[in-house]
Amino acid sequence: MTLELSLNQQPAHARQGSSIGQPLTRRDGFLKVTGAARYAADNHPPGMLYAVLAVSSIARGRVAALDVEAAKAHQGVVEVMTPLNRPALAADPDAKDHPFMFRLDLLQNDQVRYPNQSIAVVIAETLEAATEGAALLSPRYEVLPARVGLDGAESFVPRGVGVGGPAVQHKGDVEAGLKSAKTRIEATYETPAQYHNAMEPHAIVVAWDGDTLSIDTPSQGLAMAQGRIAGLFGIAPENVHIRSPFLGGGFGSKGMISGPQVLGILAARLVGRPVKLVLRREQMYGPVGHRAPTRQTLRMGMDGEGRLTALDHQAKTASSTFDDFFEPAADASHTLYASPAIATSHDAVRLDTGTPLFMRAPGEATGSIALESAIDEAAHACGMDPLEFRLRNYAEVEPMTGKPFSSKALRECYRQAAETFGWASRPLQPRLMRDADGFLTGWGMGTATFPALMFQAEARAVLRSDGSGVMETGAQDMGQGAWTAFAQIAADGLGLDIDQVDFRAGSSDLPNAGIAGGSGHTATAGMAIHNAGAAVIARLADLATGDEHSPLYGAGNEGVLARGGRLYRRDDESRGESYAEILTRAGLSEIEGHGTGAPDPASQETYAKHAHGAVFAEVKVDPDFGQIRVTRLVGAFAAGRVINPRLVRSQYYGGMIWGVSFALHEEAITDRRSGRIQNANLAEYHVPVNADVPSVEALLVHEDDPYVNALGIKGVGEIGITGTAGAVANAVWHATGVRPRRFPIRIEDLLG
Amino acid sequence: MTSLPITLTINGHRHELEVDPRVTLLDLLRERLDLTGTKKGCDRGQCGACTVLVDGKRINSCLALAVSHDGANVLTIEGVAHGEELHPVQAAFIAHDGFQCGFCTPGQIMSTLGLIAEGQAGDDPERIREGLSGNICRCAAYGGIVEAVLEAQQQLAKADRRTAA
Repeated sequence: MTLELSLNQQPAHARQGSSIGQPLTRRDGFLKVTGAARYAADNHPPGMLYAVLAVSSIARGRVAALDVEAAKAHQGVVEVMTPLNRPALAADPDAKDHPFMFRLDLLQNDQVRYPNQSIAVVIAETLEAATEGAALLSPRYEVLPARVGLDGAESFVPRGVGVGGPAVQHKGDVEAGLKSAKTRIEATYETPAQYHNAMEPHAIVVAWDGDTLSIDTPSQGLAMAQGRIAGLFGIAPENVHIRSPFLGGGFGSKGMISGPQVLGILAARLVGRPVKLVLRREQMYGPVGHRAPTRQTLRMGMDGEGRLTALDHQAKTASSTFDDFFEPAADASHTLYASPAIATSHDAVRLDTGTPLFMRAPGEATGSIALESAIDEAAHACGMDPLEFRLRNYAEVEPMTGKPFSSKALRECYRQAAETFGWASRPLQPRLMRDADGFLTGWGMGTATFPALMFQAEARAVLRSDGSGVMETGAQDMGQGAWTAFAQIAADGLGLDIDQVDFRAGSSDLPNAGIAGGSGHTATAGMAIHNAGAAVIARLADLATGDEHSPLYGAGNEGVLARGGRLYRRDDESRGESYAEILTRAGLSEIEGHGTGAPDPASQETYAKHAHGAVFAEVKVDPDFGQIRVTRLVGAFAAGRVINPRLVRSQYYGGMIWGVSFALHEEAITDRRSGRIQNANLAEYHVPVNADVPSVEALLVHEDDPYVNALGIKGVGEIGITGTAGAVANAVWHATGVRPRRFPIRIEDLLG
Repeated sequence: MTSLPITLTINGHRHELEVDPRVTLLDLLRERLDLTGTKKGCDRGQCGACTVLVDGKRINSCLALAVSHDGANVLTIEGVAHGEELHPVQAAFIAHDGFQCGFCTPGQIMSTLGLIAEGQAGDDPERIREGLSGNICRCAAYGGIVEAVLEAQQQLAKADRRTAA
């Protein structure tokens, strides 16, 4: 692999003719604006039946009776699947082989453990008949009292939080730090349960052929879904073919295969015909994950100069009664602010809800809004400007570990965003600014951060004797722009024009691209693509430099450059030949190369790797009625190399608007008596609409990171929500003088 | 269920259909006519993903029973482009990155066509935002959508002037 080294000496992005860094429009754009992009539920194999879920209307208890006869008597209903006739599984859906295997509700018994849990599946010739059949089941229940709310059960310290990190961590002596402080603050913040609500409901179209499965379903992790399904049905993973070319949003909720998707597969097995099962919107509030509620208490001590002497962040959260996912909210305090003493801890309760799951910036989003609010309170307590306070406590090394950052252009983010926003003219005290219409105006800020993660991915590259190339990896595009950004990296890696590359993704029969999650997909699958390109070019260079008929003969791999479908001598670019000529003379129709993407363990050990950003918000509040509008947002983000600035900006905009939504809109409300979610629909569970969205600006701050990976990519999908939510909350305080302590911020909280 | 005969003109094609009276216009399009560009996001008129034009006006097709639109003229996302040639609204959505996952996009584009036909929003971004607030985009590509609408309107106005001249 000598050539890979020489490619890295002259990195991809610096090479002439590369599209890396160019703002190409989406390559799937035409399909998406014409309605031709085929999402899972758009498929319709011959002989297909419709499956509709019946779900529990209680939070806890058991199903005592279902009127299966009434449902079956309805014209068009073919079968009703209940625990009594559900086909056997090869594995217990309540078994858990590893922490990423979540327990599924697959009609294994008559128990109800959360609202909207599947209790039966009606399969019919038409959607209308299946829907009516499900209504005719008229379930009767034995009801047990629901355990609701963060005080609704006994709390405990979980064994691990997030992906298994320690629930309790500390460095230094927090109590001593607080004692020695000149100024102290303590504040408690509450964040609600939130639901991903991707526009595309979870859907599956499935056909069995003997022991092989053909599936269309949205997945952020095709290989994991394939493995999970294979395990449940006792068949080989290669017998499970999943297509997921387009996800109608995911945000974490499509990371793992969910119970309802597997019920679609069971329904198809039961009736021996292809089946389509699509969740109704209200059925998405339970079996497909959510962001758990939190209550977070922060204590900070500051010396006379406003330097932190101690930072203590305690978070209480909730999981389901039967499985483990604990929102790692307090861990947000590990990364951003220097302090000689830091302590973070989590405790949790078990409630009668579906199991929480990764939701865009899991832990980082919830922790960030509390930490950034508390930092704002601390700055005010010290009589300091919030930006000055953050700079005073700027972390030169990762506070918790002492590791140097692989790169950190946060100062530049602060500078650029503050300047663009006009922060310098902000009065220190709240309630001093009004606009021409008399609205209270406030300015607030927050720091954004998200770890630069990488997982495992593989890719396969092919060069053909007609001069074209193929790049294959089972990558997933849920809107972040994988079809485009990966095609750019592929073209660069193959030294071809992007239109000469056939980029294939979104299918489980391609090399495993890992997961589209943790903001790590572009870095991970991108590196697999990059390395596969380098590998196939190295093989091609071997052919040429060892062939005495080639003008490259004797150059050695390190002496060769790949560009525009040709190899050149590095020391004499007048000598070169096309890929087609090399392959044709060698009598080959094509050659291939393989590459992997994975974190580098050595640099992982040495460096702390994070993306950073700064977000500034302006809000206007009606002084009489307390209505809040965000009018302006400016964010600046440094996240390593940008493959496509158009797509990256859109990711930042989306994240920042999720931040606004966190601060002002989203909340699932649980009825305290029944445990049911009262607003399980898109009218009453508020997400921002176009009129809610202010002018948003996202600045891309240049950052070179030689340590994260050879392409220098960090990740941009989740960072936007962090920082923004706190910035909005802090702007509300600056406008009104009222400190928001529970989210979303309510009018009644501002009116006192 | 007893089916009822109806006639619909969809994207210029006349369809004689026998329809179960429970079938919504959305499910008719998606499940019986393979016009799957129109999406179902909520099935209760809250998200706008199913927006189509019926007799030139935008509606949520999930709230419309097919049999109640006997004789209507329906335009769906599949009928907007002329072959490979995109409508200016479609082209502007691509140019301004007015979508990410693309699931709400057909509804956004049909709603935009309806909004432009209504002639109420003009070139005021605030009124465009208001007029498109029945269409949720969870990826929050709202800024690009508004820019796309503004540019498409300009393109259409230019084309109108050319036609008039």
